[in-house]
Amino acid sequence: MRFKSTLENYIFVLPAVLIFSVFYIYPFIQIFHLSFFDWDGIIPFKDAIPLGWGNFKEILFQDPSWWQAMRNAGYITLIALTFQNILAFLLAWACDREIRMKNFYRVIFFIPPVLSEIVVGMSWRFIINDIDGANIINRMLAGIGFPNLMHNWLSDPNTALTTVALVHCWKGFGWGFLIFLAGLQTIPRELYEAARVDGASAWDSFRKITIPLMIPVIVLVAILTILGTMQAFALIIGLVGGEFAGHTSVPVLRILASMRGSSRFGYACAQGITFGMVLVVISFIQYRFSKKAKE
Amino acid sequence: MRKVAWCLVLGILLAGCGQGNQETDKSTITIWHWMTDREPAFQELAKRYVAKTGIKVNFELYAPSDAYAQKVHAAAQGATLPDVYGILGEKRDFASFVKAGHVLNLTPYMNDLLGSWKNRFFAKALAVNEFPDGNIYKVVPGIYGVPIDIMTIEMLYNKDLFKKLGLDPNRPPATFKEFIEIGKLLKAKNMQGLVSGWSEVWMIDCLANNYAFNIMGEDKVLATIRGEVPYTDPDWITVLGLFKEMRESGVLANGTVTMVNKTAEQLFATNKAVFAFNGSWCVNVYKGMNPVLNYAVMLPPKASDKHPMSIWEGAGSSFMVNARSKNKEEAVKFLKWLTDGEQQVYLAEVTSNLPANKDCLEKISPILAQFADDMELATHPNIWGVSEFPLVTETLDRGIQSIVIGEKTPEQVAADVQKVKEREQAKKRS
Repeated sequence: MRFKSTLENYIFVLPAVLIFSVFYIYPFIQIFHLSFFDWDGIIPFKDAIPLGWGNFKEILFQDPSWWQAMRNAGYITLIALTFQNILAFLLAWACDREIRMKNFYRVIFFIPPVLSEIVVGMSWRFIINDIDGANIINRMLAGIGFPNLMHNWLSDPNTALTTVALVHCWKGFGWGFLIFLAGLQTIPRELYEAARVDGASAWDSFRKITIPLMIPVIVLVAILTILGTMQAFALIIGLVGGEFAGHTSVPVLRILASMRGSSRFGYACAQGITFGMVLVVISFIQYRFSKKAKE
Repeated sequence: MRKVAWCLVLGILLAGCGQGNQETDKSTITIWHWMTDREPAFQELAKRYVAKTGIKVNFELYAPSDAYAQKVHAAAQGATLPDVYGILGEKRDFASFVKAGHVLNLTPYMNDLLGSWKNRFFAKALAVNEFPDGNIYKVVPGIYGVPIDIMTIEMLYNKDLFKKLGLDPNRPPATFKEFIEIGKLLKAKNMQGLVSGWSEVWMIDCLANNYAFNIMGEDKVLATIRGEVPYTDPDWITVLGLFKEMRESGVLANGTVTMVNKTAEQLFATNKAVFAFNGSWCVNVYKGMNPVLNYAVMLPPKASDKHPMSIWEGAGSSFMVNARSKNKEEAVKFLKWLTDGEQQVYLAEVTSNLPANKDCLEKISPILAQFADDMELATHPNIWGVSEFPLVTETLDRGIQSIVIGEKTPEQVAADVQKVKEREQAKKRS
């Protein structure tokens, strides 16, 4: 009877295990395997040239454009972690309180994340650019008395990446908002009432109740932000058309360039593995750090 | 009931494991392509072919071209390529497809009947599909593709905007100096100059190569690729310096470096830019965007009298026959029919592309004829017989972007490119 029950359990999970193995584990093993070869993706794999750790060595020590892309992605992520998440948290906090039209705001804030990245990129390009767009930002700046701030935001290497990061934040803050709001709603209201009875100010309640109880949610949002932002690329293509002399280059664009531009599938796989490892390490460090903070 | 359900599930799963339909039906030729603008014309020609021969031709469109290229790569690995398909990419990718046995050698068919099929094409369009004796890719010599149409990449200027600038609309700038002088006029009238899709770096590469041929000649350019001349050579610095001059003169439109070609085409078609650097496919694009656009074709203004200006020309699109297809004989017959005069004229009329069949040039539109006029100056990397390292090309193209945005000097870019070249050469040697 017990054997039958165990068998039944295994049969139930078997389809999921099979699908996961075929579509995740096997491709991952194959990618890892390919990363040790010089292969163009066309010739039969038996003719690929084995390189050992050659691709990884090249990434680590001889490919400055890869590390520039990593730095750029890191910069966008930093802005997303701070500006985007703080904004999302504050808006969620505001909507969690008894304010008018809070449901309307919840819907509005969640519209940008559901839009396609390429559409957002092209729309913002239209909003920002002058000759091929409506130049709205510059017109607004001139309209409010700051004509000296008018600028080619996307075509200037000094502002292109920051502009990309801010548009990314606009597109992404809705996810954080939604998760933060769900987290805030799980905090028992009695805690705030008890604190108020004890004479705690709103700031004290926020600092001593909201923040500590929200740490697991903050960690989750931070990890999702890192993973999502580091992998962004379609938005960049929509906004600036690509890598813009390296200024808006990010790891995924480098992987695509290796695969399609140079037909170096093996190298692209090694870049993918390296990038994945970096993401895992960052997420792990952040998890450990937040665990300590929680304790 | 449960058994029936299981059988259905199993049946669906097993059906997915089968070969593509392209190899199962001998009376249907399956063709994969990426050319959205030619799709209606292809469908019409397919109808005509089935009416004539009873053989059904199934054109399958996969766009955009990036997605198409990925599909073809994946199908090559899975041995599920259709009867006929096009290969996007560089000559080395084409060579890999041939070496992997995915492309039929068409030389015997081309040479059949005293070369009647071969002789109908422009030599340079065919050369793009050919691997000559002793080619560096070590491919068995032969012709492996059929050009359907050809393209040249040149400059265009807007005649109406020329008038606004006080220039003679029938006299475009012939020298680089004249071209740069127009930059001053553009600045004064607050108008936009040259637009091109320079975020897609290959178009920068194309213009840089045009000027490299003009300044140092073909032999020296090819010697550079072979590693016999460094990129730090003064001639290369002169080539790179032209981009600096273009930036400083104001002859480039704002944001050219972050512009995709589609945007550049929109700007030129809507009379917002005076010059464009674009391929002959643009005739069809501009016709769709602004049928009354008043423009003409010009060669990139020459920077030197030492060597002729060159432009890129080649097969705009070519079809290859799958060497493993059971329908390869039928596929070859269809391609022969498709490149015949009548079909080529129809394609040229409907799609506004230059026909690959040289006998059809008399029947093309005047603006397309202007593109065709400069064919004797044409070249293409795929016929050079040497191939630059992809990373070197990438460094050069990105370097030119840096010059255009005023971030690097021509000397710095030349040094960067040479460094990558030496590294790649060392890697190849080891």
